[in-house]
Amino acid sequence: MATSRSILEAITRNRVYRSIVRRGLADTNRNRSLAIFGNFFLHIHPVKVNLRAIAFTRTFYLGGLSAAAFFILVVTGIFLMFYYHPSVPRAFEDMKDLEFVVYMGLFLRNLHRWAAHAMVALVLLHMVRVFFAGAYRPPREFNWVIGVVLLLVTILLSYTGYLLPWDQLAYWGVTVGTNMADAVPFVGEQIKFLLLGGNSVNENALLRFYVLHCVVLPALLVLLASVHIWRVRKDGGIYLGSPGGEEKTSGSKEDDISTESKAAD
Amino acid sequence: MSQTLKFKLETDENARQSPVRLVVVQGEQRPAVEVEDEPQVMTMPHLLVREGIALITFSLLLVLLAIFVDAPLEEMANPQKTPNPAKAPWYFLGLQELLHYYPPLISGVLLPGLVVLALVVIPYFNINLERKALWEENRARKLAYVWVSVAVLSAIFLFTGAHPVWPLVIPLWAVAMVMSLPAVFPQQGRFILWLGNRSLAFWIFLWFLIASVALTVIGVAFRGPGWEYTLPWRDGIY
Ligand code: HEM
Repeated sequence: MATSRSILEAITRNRVYRSIVRRGLADTNRNRSLAIFGNFFLHIHPVKVNLRAIAFTRTFYLGGLSAAAFFILVVTGIFLMFYYHPSVPRAFEDMKDLEFVVYMGLFLRNLHRWAAHAMVALVLLHMVRVFFAGAYRPPREFNWVIGVVLLLVTILLSYTGYLLPWDQLAYWGVTVGTNMADAVPFVGEQIKFLLLGGNSVNENALLRFYVLHCVVLPALLVLLASVHIWRVRKDGGIYLGSPGGEEKTSGSKEDDISTESKAAD
Repeated sequence: MSQTLKFKLETDENARQSPVRLVVVQGEQRPAVEVEDEPQVMTMPHLLVREGIALITFSLLLVLLAIFVDAPLEEMANPQKTPNPAKAPWYFLGLQELLHYYPPLISGVLLPGLVVLALVVIPYFNINLERKALWEENRARKLAYVWVSVAVLSAIFLFTGAHPVWPLVIPLWAVAMVMSLPAVFPQQGRFILWLGNRSLAFWIFLWFLIASVALTVIGVAFRGPGWEYTLPWRDGIY
């Protein structure tokens, strides 16, 4: 122990290390605080958290896991982009290459596919969790609205990705969906044309879905998710009211019913 | 609040001459400033370690899945060859199931639009409804309202579609019955009391949730060629 500690200390006292991290070992509360607010990525967190807010059963970490799934999707997605051409029939042939030629290509594609399904499921479950916790109520109402947009973006990301393999599943899955656009009154046909770059799913549609899937929608999601997670902090952290219904806002007019609900829980 | 007059709103733009001392305490808007007697811990290491465990466990599960289960890939897209059934991805199969009952304008545009709208307004619409537990007063009248609404909705979903939409109606009845328990048996035990404290929004969301799951499960597992009913354990999943 003593030696490993002294090694760690030697590393963290080093000038180069200090120029990057600017603090020593996180063994004092001062350094533990600096570890959070001195770090660009970690400062989405407060320095101290309520013990109840980080219990697994409060959030099931569903929001965080949605973000984790997105992170895995970005990494695997970048690798997939190295091997993919959004054109017919190259797109489909690239899938075959991933399976039979590219080293670990099938694993890469599998991981991207399962993480995508997982992300849709996690975001939906996160929404359900937030609803039943009652965590959408003031002051968090706008964060809920951002969440709804995030849900739509997540589903669109998954859906635009669904077309890219250009197999029967992709083609007809997307055909079924985009035919719905025809039903929109007055502008249905125009919307569909805009979406597909044609009147049916074809090579132009593949290119549009590719650009949306790899550039536009991920950028939008990163932007919105950053605002969303930042607002969790700004709105007072994870909601700690009683689960299920009643609000626990001390000092508000609703105190009378919240005491009753606490008795009920 | 009579103290307010002591403060002057600074508008001078020279920050050296008029240093800004900014204190914003918006009581009700910022629960962060509420002083609560909560047990607290340092984020580093307590939260970070938990997040690390969650991230690693989740990644591990996905990696195992990706090693052992291959993503589907069928033959190359062929516009000439329509598969039967042609299914959208799972999260749209609830909607595709609805397409079986209602024309695309209703099932593909109107209903999903209404669902998104309803989701967006939840936090705003909820404020007034949440003040009181649902059955606290006017019990008989509210019970009548609830069941008249249930009857109207049931009539709509049973008779206006191409087929009766049981996946919407059965959850509706189930939720309405559970919801009415506290009104019929007031003050009987903690569970009934808990039910009685749920808001109207809670019950509507519960119905929406059960109905969506029912529609999706039917669409994923119980529909085959021609969108006819199949049994997944007999015919497999299409
Ligand atoms: C890409 C999608 C999303 C990401 C990455 C995300 C991320 C997060 C994270 C990390 C939290 C912190 C607490 C937790 O994990 O539960 C959170 C909280 C929250 N999320 Fe999301 N979220 C997403 C989608 C949604 C959706 C679809 C909704 C609702 C429609 C929503 C509404 C909220 C609300 C209201 C909170 C505050 C909860 C509280 O204070 O307890 N989010 N989100």
